[in-house]
Amino acid sequence: MTNSIADIAENSQCIFIIGSNTTEQHPVIGTKIRQAKRHPESIEGRHRGAKLIVADPRRIDIADYADLHLQHEPGTDIALLNGLMHVILREGWHDEGFIAERTEGFDEMKEIVEKYTPEVASEITGVPAGDIEEAARMMAENRPGTLLYAMGITQHTVGVANVMSCANLQMLLGNMGVAGGGVNPLRGQNNVQGACDLGGLPNVYSGYQKVTDAAVQEKFENAWGVPLSGEMGLTVTEMLDAAEAGDVRCLYVIGENPMVSDPDLNHVRYSLQQTDFIVVQDLFFTETSEFADVVLPAASFVEKEGTFTNTERRIQRVHKAIDAPGEAQSDSWIVAELAKRMVALGAATLDEDAPHAGWDYATPADVMDEINALTPIYAGITYRRLEEGAQLQWPVPNEQHPGTPILHVGEFSRGLGRFAAVDHVPPAELPDDEYPLMLTTGRVLYHWHGGEMTHRARNLEAMYPEALVEINPKDAHNAGIEDGELMKVTSRRGEIVAKAQVTDRVEPGLIFSTFHFADSAANFLTNPALDPQAKIPEYKVCAVRVENAVAGRRQGNLIGQ
Amino acid sequence: MCVVSVEKARGLQTACTTPVAEGMIVETESEAACETRQFVLEMLLTDHPNDCMTCEVNGDCKLQDLVYDYGVEWPEPNGRRHVYPIDPDPNPFVFIDLNKCILCSRCVRACEEIQNRDVWSFAFRGFETKLVAGTDQPMLDARCESCGQCVAYCPVGALYDKMSVGLGRPNQVEKVRTTCSYCGVGCNFDLNVRNGEIVRVTSAEDAPVNGMALCVKGRYGYDYVHHRDRLTRPLVRAKWLPDVEERVTEGEWTLVEVAEKRAEPTVSGNGAIAGDAFIETDWGTALDVVAGKFAKEKQAQGGDAFSVFASAKCTNEENYLFSKFTRQVLGTNSIDHCARL
Amino acid sequence: MHTTLPFPNEADPTVNDPQHKCIAVCMGTGCTSSQSAQLHQTLREELDEHNLNGEIEVRRTGCFGFCEQGPIVVVSPGETFYTEVKPRSAETIVEQHVLGNQPVERLLYHDPTSDATVEKWHEIGFYGKQQRILLDNSGIIDPENIGHYLAREGYQALHQVLSEMTPEQVIEEVTESGLRGRGGAGFPTGVKWGFARKTQKWPKYVICNADEGDPGAFMDRSVLEGDPHAVIEGMIIAGFAIGAQAGYIYCRAEYPLAIKRLRVALEQTRELGLLGDNILGSDFSFDITIKEGAGAFVCGEETALMASIQGERGQPWPRPPYPAVSGLWKQPSNVNNVKSYAFVPRIIHKGAEWFSSVGTEGSPGTAVFALTGNVNRTGLIEVPMGITLREIIYDVGGGIPGGKKFKAVQTGGPLGGCLPEEYLDIPVDFDSLQEAGSVMGSGGMVIADEATCMVEFAKFFTKFVCDESCGKCPPCRIGSTRMLEALERITEGEGTPEDLDEIYWLADGMQQGSLCALGQLAPAPVISTLRHFEDEYRAHIEEERCPAGKCQALITFEIVADLCPGCMVCARNCASNAISGEKGEPHVIDPELCERCGLCEAVCNFDAVIVK
Repeated sequence: MTNSIADIAENSQCIFIIGSNTTEQHPVIGTKIRQAKRHPESIEGRHRGAKLIVADPRRIDIADYADLHLQHEPGTDIALLNGLMHVILREGWHDEGFIAERTEGFDEMKEIVEKYTPEVASEITGVPAGDIEEAARMMAENRPGTLLYAMGITQHTVGVANVMSCANLQMLLGNMGVAGGGVNPLRGQNNVQGACDLGGLPNVYSGYQKVTDAAVQEKFENAWGVPLSGEMGLTVTEMLDAAEAGDVRCLYVIGENPMVSDPDLNHVRYSLQQTDFIVVQDLFFTETSEFADVVLPAASFVEKEGTFTNTERRIQRVHKAIDAPGEAQSDSWIVAELAKRMVALGAATLDEDAPHAGWDYATPADVMDEINALTPIYAGITYRRLEEGAQLQWPVPNEQHPGTPILHVGEFSRGLGRFAAVDHVPPAELPDDEYPLMLTTGRVLYHWHGGEMTHRARNLEAMYPEALVEINPKDAHNAGIEDGELMKVTSRRGEIVAKAQVTDRVEPGLIFSTFHFADSAANFLTNPALDPQAKIPEYKVCAVRVENAVAGRRQGNLIGQ
Repeated sequence: MCVVSVEKARGLQTACTTPVAEGMIVETESEAACETRQFVLEMLLTDHPNDCMTCEVNGDCKLQDLVYDYGVEWPEPNGRRHVYPIDPDPNPFVFIDLNKCILCSRCVRACEEIQNRDVWSFAFRGFETKLVAGTDQPMLDARCESCGQCVAYCPVGALYDKMSVGLGRPNQVEKVRTTCSYCGVGCNFDLNVRNGEIVRVTSAEDAPVNGMALCVKGRYGYDYVHHRDRLTRPLVRAKWLPDVEERVTEGEWTLVEVAEKRAEPTVSGNGAIAGDAFIETDWGTALDVVAGKFAKEKQAQGGDAFSVFASAKCTNEENYLFSKFTRQVLGTNSIDHCARL
Repeated sequence: MHTTLPFPNEADPTVNDPQHKCIAVCMGTGCTSSQSAQLHQTLREELDEHNLNGEIEVRRTGCFGFCEQGPIVVVSPGETFYTEVKPRSAETIVEQHVLGNQPVERLLYHDPTSDATVEKWHEIGFYGKQQRILLDNSGIIDPENIGHYLAREGYQALHQVLSEMTPEQVIEEVTESGLRGRGGAGFPTGVKWGFARKTQKWPKYVICNADEGDPGAFMDRSVLEGDPHAVIEGMIIAGFAIGAQAGYIYCRAEYPLAIKRLRVALEQTRELGLLGDNILGSDFSFDITIKEGAGAFVCGEETALMASIQGERGQPWPRPPYPAVSGLWKQPSNVNNVKSYAFVPRIIHKGAEWFSSVGTEGSPGTAVFALTGNVNRTGLIEVPMGITLREIIYDVGGGIPGGKKFKAVQTGGPLGGCLPEEYLDIPVDFDSLQEAGSVMGSGGMVIADEATCMVEFAKFFTKFVCDESCGKCPPCRIGSTRMLEALERITEGEGTPEDLDEIYWLADGMQQGSLCALGQLAPAPVISTLRHFEDEYRAHIEEERCPAGKCQALITFEIVADLCPGCMVCARNCASNAISGEKGEPHVIDPELCERCGLCEAVCNFDAVIVK
């Protein structure tokens, strides 16, 4: 996020949510948005009736609180955003000063946006042209405004273009680098931000230092005392492809469950079967563990010390409350033990004089010291400061730095903000005669991701014990499916059977499902088509057909098995 | 309880709503104010069960504290008392005992003003005034999203976390502040620990991101850490281990059946253990198997033989170490995690 | 002073013509519930039969006030006043009075105190000491006909205000008149408006408190039903004075007739441009919305009322800030009673001096009471301030029925106090009543005779408060119940001297610890009866005796042998078979079996059953 949660809750005059089921996926942010929207005054004195616009193909919970719900079709975000920008430009509501001083590429962007009259945008998105005009007016009249998005924007073959389009809108309105503004992706996992920040990506070391940058490579070689690869590594989906091809022989899977969370699970299964040696390190025996050669028991977050980084880049402590069960060990202990053993076996030769070559860490604070030394954006984040209660949002370049609650103040990290001219491109797979419905995926309030944790939280499971597929009454009627009946959903890649939830939360032509339930995970159906840059799969759109499955019991989920 | 004496003002003033003015002289513990508080407390006690001995919040109860501080004596029962059913709501999270409710409306306001869900309100009038969800419905039928905010604000034992009933009173638990393991909001809360077990999660007023607010997963989704499915020893397929049959027989290792679909039995008729059977071993053995195999593969194929899935559930420090391990020891940049999923 | 409204032809002057041929039928709630609507219809039909409908108007009017004698019909010219007129009497009225010019004797009012039959409206003793300046249109005009109101100089005041006066002048005029809020507290209306005007925050709201909740009170209802335009005009003037553009009338849904008439009246005013944008061509715009309440007594409290308008549970919020600073939707708001607004056009039109010449110096004008209880003539009365209680009870009300003795009068409804005989000569005004330990209130006046048990009397009001407490403040919510329980113990013969201490303690706690007037004043009926009739309380407690013979647990029924002819009526009626005796012989009541229902006393034709 460029801005902070509290900043949005307190200062935004207009909150535009696109592709985020905020109240179910980030419930506490959802709560704060509802506060900002309702109650002109309140006990905390900070509710002040901000405008709320929600763009989402489904009538999600937060839409009930919105001034305006733009129910656009999945995969038409760019058309919608361009339509909004068209109106803003036409009416002269854009921030000329901001555009002139802080941005580049405006003219090219403008040229493309000019095509997207509200009528054109309406034709593509299905949103009434009047609503697009009204939303643009609301954004223009209520500044600063913020934009929040989540996977609804990114999980598309045009994910990157979607994000740039969001940035275009906010720069056009001059909503960047100001309190109450910003482009704010809501990160999913508790520490997905930290995992990215600390080098859990194939193209960067910790702090987004590029592996392809020779100076960076040298810095880490000197620190770690070993020659390093200057080539980009593989992304998750590419790893599985490489495994399928036999190139990757060993997979080390830590706290992930690709057999539920990755697209096209039949393909994932095949890839895992092709892999020679798989180590899975987790709390539980997961679906992926079935393919493992070694399964290592890890400690949970209540059994170890450390830090998490939240979606607003805030680093917070995790404290050990209890001992791990049995012989389970923290991931850091396990990986350090493995490292030491491999070094002892001569698998890597480390220069002992290099300052950070070794693997003897007494505490996570020792690791953080090393992070401080090698990661400029984390340089000033120390355990001492955190224990003293410092609230630090990176970048924190030194120990005196107070942190950065709002990014891009005065200047963008790249200098000038670049308008990207982006055109609407339809999703990779659209409904046709054979697969006439569109499937979009997401999560529900009571479950989390692959459900490894929530299925084992007694009462969360009790609240939502089985997979449901949302389907519009019209489509349900056409397919002869009643509410609560089992329905079979089939895509080009697989099929699932799950209970139908007949609801007008989805429009006719669209169904919605989750990947919380391994046996009926939507990811048997989803399309592994990737965004070319970000390598993110198009979870939000694929074509399916549905039929009543009441007659036959579920026969297993895999085809071609 | 918030009434105070303000000089020159008629009667007692409510401190929570009276704006401070220049030159105002306020006496918070005036005789009149104290007497009124005593009266209010005694009134409340005349319709409150005398069951502190068994109450979940004994020792952490605002009513109890105030009664003690103002020296109110237990009034002999002399009149009508409400007898409401205990725990009447089928929801799995919020325990309700309206007999203890003092109708302070904190839950109503927490739900309306903070959670903005408007589940709670008061119904009926006078002595019959009662806290109800929706139109006196089960909570979950009244738009409740199970955030537990009402419980967090209840000053007495009228609303309590159902999962924690009987597991430890506030003075019996140790509170450990931590950050939630579900979504990316980064809520802080206190794990309530008793005898090595998490018995409850409570809001922490000074939590920087969320304050008192939590969602259903953060507040009530903690029990997975104690689930019987937790892995407690390393598992290695028999084919990677030497002398499996002997060491299993000797009891050093254990053959385990895991929940997977198998074509062949794990143990054949002659006692041979199948190569793909999982053996529960010790850490030394398991780590040696992994390190040995990895070292061998690296020698044969180089770093490209490896791919590492790091975890968005692990700590920053751990992810740093995964990155370092992948690049320094395995010799590849192929590390990724579910950032996109 | 006399200005011309832009629609002179709308006024219907017949309403002022004493020679106009008209049969006025009361269509107040009281008379309507005694079939006056049907009566009206029948009269029309009768006149039709004689082809007189074009010649004689049958007018639906508001309340005459003499509700216990309803339905009321007044035939003009001549103002012949008929009481208890049934629909079947329509024929007689038309044939005998209208055609035959002979008053219908049996329908005329027979005064029980003077034993005389009275023909003319204004000769009836009930109206003798009344001074109807607020109710001057009630019974005269058809409230659903704006032409009538206009002919009665309606909306002249508004016209005058908009064309000649500044808001400050309006406020000054109202202040000058000395008008005090008729909701009960008696706060000077002009001063209140001044506060609301002073607050520099818009929008502002004018709110009419028509949530009349006192048991047995119907003053506001009668004003709304009989003269709705006066209230509307007063509100528009208030809106102009404080700078508001919107008004709310908060009226309980139990007053469907009042709401209907208001709706009709609002529609008529909008049509004539008296409401809406640019009223009467000025740059002042104002409109009024009716908000129906669900009939909670507490919603008569102004903050609870505003909470209710906001769609919230009707519960008071603390003051300050007062509504003039932060009221409805936290905006400056002015809340006045129905009668206060209705006085305003009259004050503006006739001048502050005229108004202050009526009544007393401290409480100018008139007071409207709903006179009920043990009094000969009950109904709605309007009397000048300063009149004594004795005059109201004996001259207007015609004294206590059955030759019984007066015992006490309760003013101010369930939150008021009761006064015994020694106070009968105090003047009725805000300050004197307060000084005497009671309050003016909104206008309820209940008379108790000597057969009233004052503990029971207090219990009645306490029960009411228990049911109507909003439940917010523990002292009121629980305290009132504990108070009721103490009273119940006393009336059931289980009281102890400590119960009296507890009552005082509860009363003090409720008074100190409650947010609004409901909780603070709820103990007043108990405390005032306890002050004036402590002996009665003590008799219940110490002697286990109810001096008034009302508390069933404390009384025994006996048959006086000398008076009992042995007719057996009592024995046949006794449900518990407690009465025995041979025919022709004096009967005896078995106290063990007697359930003290009092039926024997009621059915005995020889007054042989007595209460001990």
